[in-house]
Amino acid sequence: MSLTPAELTSAVSGGIGSSPQRPDGNLKVRGEFAYASDLWHEDMIWGATLRSPHPYARIVSIDLTEALQVPGVYAVLTHQDVPGQNRYGLEHKDQPVLAEDVVRYQGEPVALVGADHPETAQRAMKRIKVEYEVLTPVVDMETAVDDTPLHPGGNLVRHVPVRRGDQHAEAEVVVTGRYEVGMQDQAFLGPESGLAVPDEEGGVDLYIATQWLHVDQGQVAAALGRPLEQVRLTLSGVGGAFGGREDLSMQVHACLLALHTGKPTKMVYNREESFYGHVHRHPAVLYYEHGADHTGKLVYVKARIYLDGGAYASSTGAVVANAATLGIGPYDVDNVTVDCWGVYTNNPPCGAMRGFGAVQAGFAYESQMDKLAEALGMDPVDVRIVNAMSEGSVMPTGQVVDSAAPVAQLLKLVKDKPMPPLSTVVDLRDMPGGVSNTTHGEGVVRGVGYAVGIKNICFSEGYDDYSTARVRLQVINGEPAALAHTAAAEVGQGLVTIMQQIVRTELGVERVTILPMDTSIGNGGSTSASRQTYVTGGAVKAACAAVREKLAKLAGGRDPSAVDLVELLGDEVIDETVEWRHRATEPIDPETGQGNAHVQYGFAAHRAVVDVDVELGLVKVVELDCAQDVGKALNPQAVLGQIQGGSAQGLGLAVMEEIQTAGGKVRNPSFTDYLIPTVLDMPPMSIDVLELADPNAPYGVRGVGEPPTISSTPAIVAAIRAATGLALTRVPVRPEHITGT
Amino acid sequence: MDFLRPDTLAEALTLKAQRPDAVPIAGGTDVMVELNFDHRRPAALLDLTRIAELRSWDADDGTVRIGAGVPYTRIIEELGERLPGLAMASRTVGSPQIRNRGTVGGNLGAASPAGDTHPVLLAAGATVEAASTRGTRLIPATDFYLGVKRHALEPDELITAVRVPATRAPQQFSKVGTRNAMVIAVCSFAVALHPAQNRVGAAVGSAAPTPRRASAAEEFLSAELTSTNQWESPKPLLDSVKRRFGELVAEAASPIDDVRGSAAYRKHALSVLARRTLGWAWQDYSGKVA
Repeated sequence: MSLTPAELTSAVSGGIGSSPQRPDGNLKVRGEFAYASDLWHEDMIWGATLRSPHPYARIVSIDLTEALQVPGVYAVLTHQDVPGQNRYGLEHKDQPVLAEDVVRYQGEPVALVGADHPETAQRAMKRIKVEYEVLTPVVDMETAVDDTPLHPGGNLVRHVPVRRGDQHAEAEVVVTGRYEVGMQDQAFLGPESGLAVPDEEGGVDLYIATQWLHVDQGQVAAALGRPLEQVRLTLSGVGGAFGGREDLSMQVHACLLALHTGKPTKMVYNREESFYGHVHRHPAVLYYEHGADHTGKLVYVKARIYLDGGAYASSTGAVVANAATLGIGPYDVDNVTVDCWGVYTNNPPCGAMRGFGAVQAGFAYESQMDKLAEALGMDPVDVRIVNAMSEGSVMPTGQVVDSAAPVAQLLKLVKDKPMPPLSTVVDLRDMPGGVSNTTHGEGVVRGVGYAVGIKNICFSEGYDDYSTARVRLQVINGEPAALAHTAAAEVGQGLVTIMQQIVRTELGVERVTILPMDTSIGNGGSTSASRQTYVTGGAVKAACAAVREKLAKLAGGRDPSAVDLVELLGDEVIDETVEWRHRATEPIDPETGQGNAHVQYGFAAHRAVVDVDVELGLVKVVELDCAQDVGKALNPQAVLGQIQGGSAQGLGLAVMEEIQTAGGKVRNPSFTDYLIPTVLDMPPMSIDVLELADPNAPYGVRGVGEPPTISSTPAIVAAIRAATGLALTRVPVRPEHITGT
Repeated sequence: MDFLRPDTLAEALTLKAQRPDAVPIAGGTDVMVELNFDHRRPAALLDLTRIAELRSWDADDGTVRIGAGVPYTRIIEELGERLPGLAMASRTVGSPQIRNRGTVGGNLGAASPAGDTHPVLLAAGATVEAASTRGTRLIPATDFYLGVKRHALEPDELITAVRVPATRAPQQFSKVGTRNAMVIAVCSFAVALHPAQNRVGAAVGSAAPTPRRASAAEEFLSAELTSTNQWESPKPLLDSVKRRFGELVAEAASPIDDVRGSAAYRKHALSVLARRTLGWAWQDYSGKVA
């Protein structure tokens, strides 16, 4: 016999469905939150990373002599000092901890310096002499597979074909297009930071801002040649992630220096180094062909998608699978031919970023839907609704969508919102160009655009995706108190608050302490794929259920809900740890892409209203309204925050955010020239949140963080097209694309 | 690195004479970025923030003398009436925090072609006050900018103030950036009407190795307005006049292609900015004269 949550929760506030204050909120606003860059240790030294200035070069020689002579330098290390395996990677171990004979991207780590001061480390670094033989870089993703092989297996990281229905279907109306997506950066505000503290027995404790402690731990231990128990990780204050902290940055480097010198070693990247220190969103070239009948019903979709993985694989394989399996969008199409290739080049490595392959495809398929509507003389929302998938629909992979898929409803919700009025008074803050005073209304044309998107939630393709949670219940100072512990990374999204809310709801205890996230408990899985509320939330919920079972035993024959919890517990400490898994997925067939690859699908729709200064090519997004199904809003305020943030990141990709490269070199590694939206770029949003519970998920939750990033970009570009009449096939849209100069 | 902290201007000038390699620092919005990114390691920093006289402005004889240490925020709040163009340009600088720290003196010292206040200083006919232990001299803004981040100061000189003619005549400043706030100029433009001299000032920023005046555009428009007696009895400007003015402004620029924008776009945008700002300034002037 077990207790139900309802029997325990009568008088507890701050449970699920409410929006209790975040423990980190006020601290962050006041600038008092301790981020990883604030880490400090008595007697610590500072690490610095020498990086390759070339996108592709052979290392002829490295001379450390002068660097080692700099007073205050404790160590200068190269690949020869990596005691374990000098290879790591999320999917393929193809990336050296420190370069050996070749560097494959600008910014690749070549050597490390540990010194008594960051300045000393910088000075010493400049005295390391590396002789390079510069090679011609491979930079074109479309031809990379046939170009100079950059890795032993050639330049193809993964090809995913998806084949469904008639491969030779024909249609009355056909639209084709070629689209490009530029390289977006996560642009998290807290740069990469960590502190490695050696112990007396050859082990190390690493305090680090990351997204996935256990996968870091495994990779670090392998590179150090140490058993897992000698490499312990604790999450430090994370200032945003968005996918950019899934791969290792300085994790191994800091530990190498710490173990080599016997001193606590801190590393922190500055903003410029951060641009070289993490993967970016894959740039893409996408070719699409949509065939429809005269009613707008899609007959077939064909797509060829190229994703530039850059120098190392990172999570390119999974991004490719996403772009392929989600490549036609949230539409019912019987005949599908999709091919997606992820390739190696000498461009910056690309990997995970919010939306993960679905963003690139989303820009292309939604652009195509608008093109189709135009060819048919149809309303762009109507053509989407005619084809909108719904619960029971079959994906191009053959997978049946077995929970809510309210695509048509989301579109109608954003379409039916009242339109913003045209402003009658000139307020520069409302104008394209803003306070820079470029227009008082001259050249300004309004446009409206729509888009909808689909994203898989949680890890796919048969991955054993689980989380571990421990919950303890006891009486402290006469009050029941709970404690929860996981290794799931809080990166700013609010997981700590969600865990507290779940424990309150499940155990009826108001006092809930969340232990620091570390590797002393089992794997919590990655903070990515919009999965933590679902999976770690599910694990915490299950651990609470296990605690309740013990409570019931304590109650013996009594009705437990009638007994006071303090009295019932007495001196007992109930402490339960569980591993919790979502339902299993399957790999996809390598020839046809068929398979039940995904756990859950999330959907969002946007309507964008923009004012475009058509003479200057400047854009003001006037409104960016969204409707999204979240299954169940465990924390309604956090849900809105995710939708606003995701939409803003999509806005960034639509009109400004791009790492520009030339010959493999980054041209704008700074916040002076890599622009992210400000409060004058991002409008206030009207958001409709649907709560159509997924019966397979804890509380019915559906992942929230990524779907709004997918539909925001194409909605804005559609609105700019409506205002300008231009085709606009590349994001970000630059002023030059609008003015033709 | 030595950190020199003079309390008075005299002391500062003596230090600068002794240490010509010392980099002056006021708001630090440029210098600190360069230091933090290790792009620059001067042997000494000369901190000017203790010098009270650099932090004040005064006005007489139709000229406003702005101490080199007066932050943008104060120019916006205190000088908007007298120096409309400079206040508008100041409003486009960075964020509120940057405007609280940054100064026109610093903008001049950095002499970046993208500096926001330069076009206005050129169009308004400002002069830069440079001082050393040898004395003080006035450098017309037109002669101040020598190359990319190079200016006419001698190594022992400090910028103590900028002198800008006060005016009730319309001025406009406009800047293109690919974000609606907190953005570095892709290109910028300033226009200043000088009815007392039957003259128009016009200058471009971020569109050549230095900020520069659009002299042909100035001459064309001044001649056009004077010959048609429009200073006394202004009429709506012909579209053809505004367009020609825009074209000449664009021709004054010699921009490059870079990450912020193409050369062709910059020229195009300048012609649009010139046309629009002239329209606003002239409408304003017509209203005042009528």
